[in-house]
Parts: sequence; structure tokens; C-alpha cells
Amino acid sequence: MSEASAAVALARAADVATRPSALRRLLRRPSSVVATAIVGAFIVVAVGAPRFAPLDPIATNFAAVRKAPSALHRLGTDEVGRDVLSRLIWGARASLVAGLIPVAIAVTISIPLGLVSGYAGGWVDDLIMRLTDAMLAIPFLIVAIALAAFLGPSLGNAMIAIGIATLPVFVRLARGTVLAIKTEEYIEAARALGGSPSRIAFGHVLPNMLPPLLIQSSLTVAAAIIAEASLSFLGLGQQPPAPSWGSMLNAAQRYLSQAPWMALYPGLAIFAIVVALNVLGDGLRDVLDPRHSG
Amino acid sequence: MTLRLFVARRVVVLVPTLFVVSILIFCLQQLLPGDPALALAGEEHDPAAVQAIRVKYHLDQPIPVQYGIWIGKIIMGDFGESMRSRIPVRELLASKLPVTIELAVCSMTIALVIGIPAGVLAATRPGTPIAAAANVLALSGLSVPHFWLGIMLILFFAVRLGWLPASGFVPPWEDLGRNLSTILLPSVVLGTGVAGVMMRHTRGAMRETLGADYVRTARAKSVTERMVVLKHALRNALIPVITLGAIEFGRLLSGAVLTEQIFAIPGFGKLLVDGVFNRDYAVVQGVVLVSAALYVLLNLLGDVLYFLVNPRLRSSA
Repeated sequence: MSEASAAVALARAADVATRPSALRRLLRRPSSVVATAIVGAFIVVAVGAPRFAPLDPIATNFAAVRKAPSALHRLGTDEVGRDVLSRLIWGARASLVAGLIPVAIAVTISIPLGLVSGYAGGWVDDLIMRLTDAMLAIPFLIVAIALAAFLGPSLGNAMIAIGIATLPVFVRLARGTVLAIKTEEYIEAARALGGSPSRIAFGHVLPNMLPPLLIQSSLTVAAAIIAEASLSFLGLGQQPPAPSWGSMLNAAQRYLSQAPWMALYPGLAIFAIVVALNVLGDGLRDVLDPRHSG
Repeated sequence: MTLRLFVARRVVVLVPTLFVVSILIFCLQQLLPGDPALALAGEEHDPAAVQAIRVKYHLDQPIPVQYGIWIGKIIMGDFGESMRSRIPVRELLASKLPVTIELAVCSMTIALVIGIPAGVLAATRPGTPIAAAANVLALSGLSVPHFWLGIMLILFFAVRLGWLPASGFVPPWEDLGRNLSTILLPSVVLGTGVAGVMMRHTRGAMRETLGADYVRTARAKSVTERMVVLKHALRNALIPVITLGAIEFGRLLSGAVLTEQIFAIPGFGKLLVDGVFNRDYAVVQGVVLVSAALYVLLNLLGDVLYFLVNPRLRSSA
């Protein structure tokens, strides 16, 4: 399938998305309902972390180092006596932010690049396409690791690195969508009515670019969450003592035999949210795009 | 279109892509804060010594000239030397690559053994518990964070049961049995993810071929269902899966970063991470560049395989 036809399909799919029946059809699938509930719970927990966390996530307690789950510490404590449940709840924040901001960065940059590339054509288009080709030739996580390494370790830099690493997919999608929309009849009509190129680009093309980009965004959030956990696991993301699921797993690795609960729960949390986002993404595509049904 | 023309066309696109990749990787080092000459000088603060370093590493030249010198050396096979160990990066890459290739081959074997039968079952028996199990397996393989799966497998098979070593690597020429036991768990970790992708593609392709006219004809000729599935449907469904396999193999060669780190497998991924932590940028650039080149070449191989196994492509163009 060519990029343009894929973009047309996505644009059509997104068009269907705006009708209420698509949402209703999505919610008729039990798997999608469960996935929506998990994603909703994740957002609520992340936003309301101060309210939900039973204890201070960074308060150390050397009298309770690596304690197994108990009534006081429901999911046990870590290597310096911090409450695992509280860290897990606060860690959801890092994951939520790291899932959303890189995707927001990628969408924001890809829209003007896609517009310019799809509209201007010629050498500008060639240049942008060669750049995205080159970026796509380097595996996603390697781009993120290399960038985070050269930028310096921090959650902010990790998000920038992940955002840049996801950028080429969005630029190609945005460009493909522009090329597809350009040939639509309503654009020809706008041109026939004497609309200026900039008016057509911003008034007609831009609003119709957004839906396919939004669908791609929902799928990329899951990848970004895993990427943040991976970078934090390597020490290139969230810095201690601030909690992140990835850095919790990094610490847990050293105490596997003595404190397996330290490794179990952060991983389950990542697994659950990523499965939910993937099921939701699959469900959306199935409902919106008949070619993917099943 | 002949195979030669097909490959030639693809290589024409491939060369500029790799050229831009090299520019991007070169630009990475410009992101580094501070003066690299000062960093290289270490404790030495004598301006003359710093200036000597600047001249030695061409840091006094304009950036495009620096790039020209850098890429010229790389084309000649000189990737610089590790700032840490003083070993040429080329030697490091050459010594780690076979380990990563072995890991990728084992992972791919596991992925094919699980992914293709699971995809066939999901396509041929829709609505059954077997199909549901195959779907859950694929979704889990795609969603599980690999580094966590690795930790859990170590916890269960190494720490609890003591069946397999938790980490480390023994080269196959030293002790094949121990080599396989060290490579088994990381291969399972990487293989499950690829199995998920393989399963979904096999399932999709099988559904398409099972609905094709020639399958209906075969059934009408009362060919047994087993023969219909295996000989008629699967053979054709495997065409896109072969291409995907080559691409996924390229991903495995470069995507095993965290898995190698967790299992202490001395391959490409571990070389990259160690390079990052030692701020050994020549090593990081070398690994990223070679990974990208391998990935691009395996993509090309995937396309060539697709061209070779798909007679329609050959005759139509």
C-alpha cells in the first residue's frame, strides 16, 4: 500500500471516527471497554498521585529495607525502605508525561514539515524525505538512546529524544495525508473559488490532516511509554530519587533473589498500560478501517 | 524487470540514505556540551596541550571539513578508537557482531517456530480457544517490556529453579552446551516479541489466501483440508512473511540493547550502552552507524527475497 493511499484510508477512518456510531461500536467490544477502563484508571492515578499514594514515594526508611508486602506496605519496600506502592503511583506520572509529551512534540513538528513537504514538492520535499528515510534507517530505541546520551540524562531530555525518534513516522504520515487531501474535490472547489494557496493550506488541508495524526498518536503513546521505561532503566531518563517504573526495575534487578516484588509490580504496571493502549489502538483501527477488521 | 535492475534501483536510493544517516550521526557529537578538546585533555589544562589535541583531532577545522575527514576514515574502515580502552572501534565492532548475530539467529528461530504455526491456527480456526490463545500470545509478545520479561525469566529459571545461568556468555567454540544455555533466555525474550509480529502477519496473510479463488478451486477438487492449508494457502501466505522476517532480523541485530544489558551478553547492544556510560562517543557513533547500515541492508535483502519469491512482480514490471 502506498503512503498516499494509506493516508487516504486513515483520513477516511478518522472521518468515520467523528461519528458517534464509531465510538458506540468500539464500546460494544468487551476488550475495548476493559482497555478504556485501564487507560482511564492510569490517567486518574497519575493525575491524583498525591491523593492516592499512601506514603511519601521518596522518604527512605532504613528500618524497613526490602520488606515483603504487608498491611503497611501493600507492595513491599525497596532497597532503601521506600514504599513500592507509593512509588508505583507516582511513577505513573512520569509514564503519562513521557507517553504524551514526545507524541505532542512529534505532532507539532510534523504538521508544518508535512505541509511544506507535501505542498512545496521539489527539492524541499526531497530533502525532508531523505532526512526521514535516514532517521527510519536507525532503529527507534537506538535513536532515543544515542540522543539521550548526547543530550545528557534527564526525564526532559529523554522525552525530547523519544519525540525526535518518533518524528519521521509522523512527518511521513502528515506528508502522505497532504498529498492525498490535495487531490480531493473540495480542495479543487476551493481553488476554483479563488482561494489563495495559504488559505487552502491552513483553512482546508490543515484541519483534515489532524484526524489521521491523532490515530497514529494513540498508537505511539504505548511505544513512548516503553521507550521512557527503557531509558530510565538504563539511567538515561528520570533521575533518582524521583520514581519512574523503568528506574524502579533497574534497582530491582540487583535484588532479584531477596526482593522479587521490587521487580514484579513496576513491570506489571507497564505491561498492563501498554496492552491496554495496544488493544484500544487495535479496536479503534478495526472500528474505523474495515480493511483491518478481525 | 531483471533482478539486477531491481537491486540497482534500490541501491541508488540506499546510498544517499546512508549518507544522510552518517551526517546525522556526525551531528550528534555537536550536541555535546563543552569543548571536546578540554574533555580529551582530562586533567591537563596546559593551553599548548589542549591546542595540540585540537590539531590532532582536527577540532580546529570547520565542521564540514571535520565531517569530511571523519567519513573519509570510516569509508576506509577506520572508526577511530575507544577513548576508554584505546582499542580501535573497528576491532570492538568485529568482535561483538558474531555474538549479536548468534543471538538474532536463535531469537528468529524461536519467533518462527512460535509465530507461524500460531498465525496459521488463528486464521484457520477463528472463534476457537486455540485462536484466542494465539491472539493473546501475540498481543502479550508485542506489549511486554522486554527488559522486564528478561528480569522475570531470570527470576524464575535462574534464581528460583536454578536451571539456567542468570547472565553471562560462553562462546560456542569454547563450550557449545553452555553457550546455548546462556543464549536461551535472551533468545526467548527477543523471540516472543518478534513472534507476535510474525503471528499477526501470518494470520492476516493466511486469511487472505484462504479466501482466494485457487483455494476454493483446490477445495472443489476435494483436496484434503490439510493439503489446502499447508500447500496452497500457507505457501502463498509466507511470501510477505519472508520479507517481514528479513526486516525483523535487521531489527534484532540492533534492537537487542536492553536484553544484552540484562543478560550481560557482550554484543552490539551492550557495546552501545557501555559506550554511552563511559562517554565513549566514537564507540556510540560506530555502533549506531553499523546498526543502521545492517538494518538498511537487511531491508534490501527483504525486498530482494520478496522479488525472488513473487513471480508476479518479476513478470509485471
